[in-house]
Amino acid sequence: MYNLTNVKTIFHREFKSYFNSPVAYVFMVAFLVLVGFLTFGVTMYYERRQANLTPFFFWHPWVYLLLVPAATMGVWAEERRTGTIELLLTLPVTLGEALVGKFLAAWAFIGIALGLTFPIVLTTGWLGQPDWGAVFCGYLGSLLLSGACVAIGVFASALSRSQVIGFVIALAICLFMLIIGFDPVINAVAGWGVPASIVNAVASCSLMQHFDSMRRGVIDFYDIAYYIGVMVFMLAAAHAVTDNRKAS
Amino acid sequence: MLTVSNLEKRFGPIHAVKGVSFTVEKGEVLGFLGPNGAGKSTTMRMITGFLPPTAGTASICGHDIISDPVAAKRCLGYLPENAPSYHNMTVTDFLTFIAKIRGFSGTAVREAVESAIAKSRLEPVRSQTIETLSKGYRQRTCFAQAILHDPQVLVMDEPTDGLDPNQKFVVREMIKEMAADKAIIISTHILEEVDAVCTRAIVIADGQIVANGTPDELRSRDPQGRLDVVFRNLTMKEDQNNV
Repeated sequence: MYNLTNVKTIFHREFKSYFNSPVAYVFMVAFLVLVGFLTFGVTMYYERRQANLTPFFFWHPWVYLLLVPAATMGVWAEERRTGTIELLLTLPVTLGEALVGKFLAAWAFIGIALGLTFPIVLTTGWLGQPDWGAVFCGYLGSLLLSGACVAIGVFASALSRSQVIGFVIALAICLFMLIIGFDPVINAVAGWGVPASIVNAVASCSLMQHFDSMRRGVIDFYDIAYYIGVMVFMLAAAHAVTDNRKAS
Repeated sequence: MLTVSNLEKRFGPIHAVKGVSFTVEKGEVLGFLGPNGAGKSTTMRMITGFLPPTAGTASICGHDIISDPVAAKRCLGYLPENAPSYHNMTVTDFLTFIAKIRGFSGTAVREAVESAIAKSRLEPVRSQTIETLSKGYRQRTCFAQAILHDPQVLVMDEPTDGLDPNQKFVVREMIKEMAADKAIIISTHILEEVDAVCTRAIVIADGQIVANGTPDELRSRDPQGRLDVVFRNLTMKEDQNNV
């Protein structure tokens, strides 16, 4: 169906273009400083005296909320603003191949930022005996969560030729998808007399709930399928929007 | 080599292109003339598969642009309006990307890139990022990506727009060099282009073809043989003529 060589070529170009500008490095440093500060400064990693990464993974959804839209806002908006979309889509590639290549490049970029948090794993291993299965599971969950956020960001970027609008829309969708499963919000909504079955059904669509179980060390097929489902849905939506609005 | 049949495009209530048909054979350089807003770029975008036509179709080397777009695009080189390119890449990196996406691999990538750089006279700037180049060089970089795979059909949307006289001269020389074995369409509103490079010209106004012939045939429509008068008579509406 897809010509993988084309996907690979577009992936390489996009991935390299992140590192062609200083923004990538600023982004990585911001990500690492923010995660480090929140883990050690706010959730008191040392003071807990527990060798696990719970306080570290706790912050990931909120950090992605802010930074993933920043990384993805230009994916289509910039192509449309500069007119390169006309060049790209008149080359012998399909829109789907271009979309998947761009998505994978943005995801890989976030994946590298996530990978660079490895010192915290080493620290935990040095301080105690963490459950390595749970650590792996947490990272897998975080990677899938970031993939879903990237797919949302790619979709939002397709909606407008303005990067700022792409950023704000991605942030709004991600925020909505997170807070419908955030415990304080769920409890507040349940307190208004909304039936528990409805609250639970809505919460089960949240990015947060599926990440919660994975960061505790539980790999469930449904959680993985959920994230893949969100990515496929958002990319399909981005495909439809880009196809419709590419010339506007 | 290129057949355009009854292409139509509507944007909501606006009927931008109203049934345009023509063919271009190997060795021909077709000038696609018209005032701004006549539907030139929209027609080009439909021929190259960027915009889906509301009705009609185009075929490039026998491949239909709607039912077999990827095969059609393989035979096509396209220089879009304003010559877009990825500004943070160097000329060589950009052309290497295009070569790979055009299906070249191994040493063929390098050969294709070197040949395109030589033909487009980009040697002095090959290692510069595109954002640091002058408009003329940017235009040539985009020109290089269009001819990199030696396409049989070449479509250029206002290739000399905004260039200085010397840069225009260079671009026209490049077009003439490759005219013999390709079917070329150049959209333009610059009439001197027709005399400089075209073997035939189509005039489009308000989304329709109003003239189709050699530059001499067009010129014979005016007693003084002035192309600008012919162009004005064909493309200006009654009320504008009286202004």
